[in-house]
Amino acid sequence: MARITAGVGTSHVPLIGRAIDTKATDTDYWKPVFEGYEFTKKWIAEEQPDVIFLVYNDHASAFSLEMVPTFAIGCAEEFQPADEGFGRRPVPTVKGAPDLAWHVAQSVIQQDFDLTIINQMDVDHGLTVPLSLIFGEPDAWPCRIIPFAVNVVVYPPPSGRRCYNLGKAIANAVESFDEDLNVQIWGTGGMSHQIQGPRSGLINKDWDTAFLNRLSDNAEDLADIPHIEYVRETGSEGIEMVMWLIMRGALNTQVKELHRHYHIPASNTAVGHIVLENQF
Amino acid sequence: MALEKPYKDVPGTTIFDAGMARQGYHLNQFCASLMKEENRERFKTDERAYLDEWAMTKEQKQAVLDRDYNRMLSLGGNIYFLAKIFSTDGKSFVFAAAKMTGMKEEDYQAMMVSGGRSPEGNRYLKEQK
Repeated sequence: MARITAGVGTSHVPLIGRAIDTKATDTDYWKPVFEGYEFTKKWIAEEQPDVIFLVYNDHASAFSLEMVPTFAIGCAEEFQPADEGFGRRPVPTVKGAPDLAWHVAQSVIQQDFDLTIINQMDVDHGLTVPLSLIFGEPDAWPCRIIPFAVNVVVYPPPSGRRCYNLGKAIANAVESFDEDLNVQIWGTGGMSHQIQGPRSGLINKDWDTAFLNRLSDNAEDLADIPHIEYVRETGSEGIEMVMWLIMRGALNTQVKELHRHYHIPASNTAVGHIVLENQF
Repeated sequence: MALEKPYKDVPGTTIFDAGMARQGYHLNQFCASLMKEENRERFKTDERAYLDEWAMTKEQKQAVLDRDYNRMLSLGGNIYFLAKIFSTDGKSFVFAAAKMTGMKEEDYQAMMVSGGRSPEGNRYLKEQK
């Protein structure tokens, strides 16, 4: 039986990818960002997950306004890094997990979440930056990845509650898959940031800290946070944090916080990172 | 009954909702086209000619030529689409964000390094002087 053993939350700032790709991770500016991932790198080398269910958002790379799926699951054999306007990131091709992905699609749709099934898709920094942060620069990613894209570009994104409940449905789906697989779920994006208009640069450390504090033991309450609170308190792009709630919803009520990291800034963003171990 | 849009009173912020997406469709699709190297080259060679291939308004085209990102936002541009323009120009999100705030890039960077813009006084239009 497949099971979800852990959840990871992390920001996915594009400039972090650039810093890695240009070997700038040791500078005074970047060092404190990357140091916070050292624990996770060692931890995941021991955990050796078979599959990562990676919840992220596309930034107008795979999806223009031609099609805007609210929830899209990547079922392909592989996914190429997207050209976001300055060429493709020099990172390995992302290998999918089609058998599990198709299984999850069928199960989750039967649980009333109408997913869009994607078989041809490039993946942008939203997906590749978290992989780089946690796996470094390998020749090939060490496990298979199911990209799960959530619309946070066109307002409104799905509600926090909807995301949290979707997480539960994903967990049910994974547990009903016969193959014995160690699966992790990652929620990416955030934390507080705004990158548009005169209010750009907004950061709310107190709010972010409270969110991280409540993620382990009071996640039910977090699911009730309305969109307008994210926008007002954490900046228009802080709303990406609803994706962390899919991750949290897919874990059991009891989790153990293994690691936490928070740093301001990376580019325009407060970087947040957390590792939660599922308790059975 | 009208849709509730509580985000209208958040200062300095344009939420890319359905109405904005409707208004900015062609502007954003033009931006998306810049994800292809050959289109970037054609745009760089003659910006006006390339823009004229798109069913954008005169105002939208002018805002692109002027690289006036706040204006593009007000005409239905979405920041992740507009990012394809400043990426084509070889510029970063920090460059674009600083420009939209009216700050010098180094002053904006300094603000970010010292913890970013505080939400205090920046939550509601009525708090703005």
